[in-house]
Amino acid sequence: MTPGLRVLAPGMLTTVQDLGRPGYQRLGIAVSGALDTISLRAANALVGNAPGAGALEVAYVGPTLQVDAEEVRLAFVGAHAEIQILPDINAVGGGRWIEPMRSVRLRRGEVIRIGSLSRSAVLYIAIEGGFDIAPVLGSVSTYIRGGFGGWHGRALRSGDRLPLCADRASDREDCRLDGLDLACPPRFRAIVGPQADLFSAREIATFFSSEFNVSADSDRVGMRLDGAVVHEPRGVNMTSDGVAPGSIQVPGSGQPIVLLADRQTTGGYPKIATVISADLPALGRLPIGAKIAFEPVTVEAAQALHRKLAAEIDAIQDRVVPIDRDAVEVGSILLDCNLISGVVDARSWRM
Amino acid sequence: MPEKNASAAGDPASTRFVDHRNFVETVANCDRVGALDYRLLPAGDTALVVEFGDCIDRRISAKVLALAQRVNQAQLDGVLECVPTFRSLMVHYDPIALSTSSLSASIGELMQRLRVREDAGRVWQLPACYDPLIAPDLDQVAARTGLSSAQVVECHSGATYHVYMLGFLPGMAYLGDVPPELELPRLATPRLKVPAGSLGIATTMTCVYPMDTPAGWHLIGRCPVPFLERRPQPMALLAAGDRVTFAPVSLREYEQLAAQSAAGTLRMIPVNEPVDEAA
Repeated sequence: MTPGLRVLAPGMLTTVQDLGRPGYQRLGIAVSGALDTISLRAANALVGNAPGAGALEVAYVGPTLQVDAEEVRLAFVGAHAEIQILPDINAVGGGRWIEPMRSVRLRRGEVIRIGSLSRSAVLYIAIEGGFDIAPVLGSVSTYIRGGFGGWHGRALRSGDRLPLCADRASDREDCRLDGLDLACPPRFRAIVGPQADLFSAREIATFFSSEFNVSADSDRVGMRLDGAVVHEPRGVNMTSDGVAPGSIQVPGSGQPIVLLADRQTTGGYPKIATVISADLPALGRLPIGAKIAFEPVTVEAAQALHRKLAAEIDAIQDRVVPIDRDAVEVGSILLDCNLISGVVDARSWRM
Repeated sequence: MPEKNASAAGDPASTRFVDHRNFVETVANCDRVGALDYRLLPAGDTALVVEFGDCIDRRISAKVLALAQRVNQAQLDGVLECVPTFRSLMVHYDPIALSTSSLSASIGELMQRLRVREDAGRVWQLPACYDPLIAPDLDQVAARTGLSSAQVVECHSGATYHVYMLGFLPGMAYLGDVPPELELPRLATPRLKVPAGSLGIATTMTCVYPMDTPAGWHLIGRCPVPFLERRPQPMALLAAGDRVTFAPVSLREYEQLAAQSAAGTLRMIPVNEPVDEAA
């Protein structure tokens, strides 16, 4: 049998994602891809994959997975989560606990159980060698609305078995990330427009001086904001035009929608501003209920930040360092002793 | 690209606003070239909107599509993709490989040699079944337009539609314009799910939904041709700039065609070759 990863429980919304499927937007095909491309790249770096290899994107609540290969190496990057590793499917507790931002080697039958995420909406699980999934239009990203890409065009379900490219992990050392900054900016930077002229001075001022909440209606298509209202723009019936990553639409309700990875390619709501490319990975981390505010910047400033982020991305590999075994053990002991909040719940879980 | 810096005085939020309105105006004024009026609007730092107008209009669409073809042919380093819409072209670019000012300048150059034509695309004749059994809103459309059902069908299938753009869903083409006597606003309450292949009309547009979807248009028939091919890779049947007519077929013919479509043996070919503007 080909090597695989079994899905015992899927988590809330676990999908295969890479850096997306650009090039087909003129046909209405969304770009998709990881919400937080920095974490995706870092997870791949930890297992020695190409930066844009397909990985699992976990949202809010993690999956339970079982290794169905001789040996695999996984890496977890993004949200904070308690990750429990059990010797087999029947284990009732104990096992090992690890934290994200590192890779780990697992043997056949071992079970990885990931609880609720905190500090970010998403966590990435990369696997050394990658998933053996055929790309669709050049990408393995799952495009749920289109019903293609990733694992049968949908989120993972219990009983799925994801085929892997490698049956054995390499002999490389397990690694952790040293000093990767996944903090969100205090205010997300945005460029006014493209429909600046459909909004009054007051509306634009309201937008940039308000604090919004990320609403529970948010998904991979768009982040809906409430808590403040930008008054209905004049052009609410405007003729559709293109949509960029990070576009901030203002529909008739006056509650902005920030468009994310699975955004449609065109749209008919006026866009008051567009989140800059350098802030998009952090935007993708922002969980439901988080506060968000915006700050205007020029295109020039945004592009300088884009170049800075590109340099940081190039340097991710330098942050991959071998794990200091003693330090890891201390972490595991703390978790086993329930000294860290949240662990009590995690340990009493059953599959 | 010229930009102005924010002034330090006054209410911070309004100051920012004034700054950016100035920015937009500046870009707009410096890029009016020749007979083609257009505006360049930044959509973030990795996309630029080339806007020709603010309404649905065949001449505007022709300019958008001519520029799209030009930009694609030019193969500018750093241009990632172009997305034509009713009234604008969105150019997605990599700002590290291509500065906004060089992109703007290149667009200005391409614009000067733009040959705008309204008949550049492929022509398709597609079967459509208007049988009331699979046309849930046909009677209602007839009642609201004061036409008979037969006249609605005659009217809808008698027009040649222009593909303005694709959007909303993969393969979903916005076809226009429907004859004025069929113009109706969207449904007050959208349906939660309409089946793939449903033929809809609303306002000046008609469409075929490429997949099951929530939808708010009046459903007057079904088209058996897949607007989004799934195999070997997903691909849209139509492209912006194509022209489409619908040929009425009986329910029986529709079912045969739909069976072929489901079996993957229904292949449509355009009735003409597309006009290559460069040729």
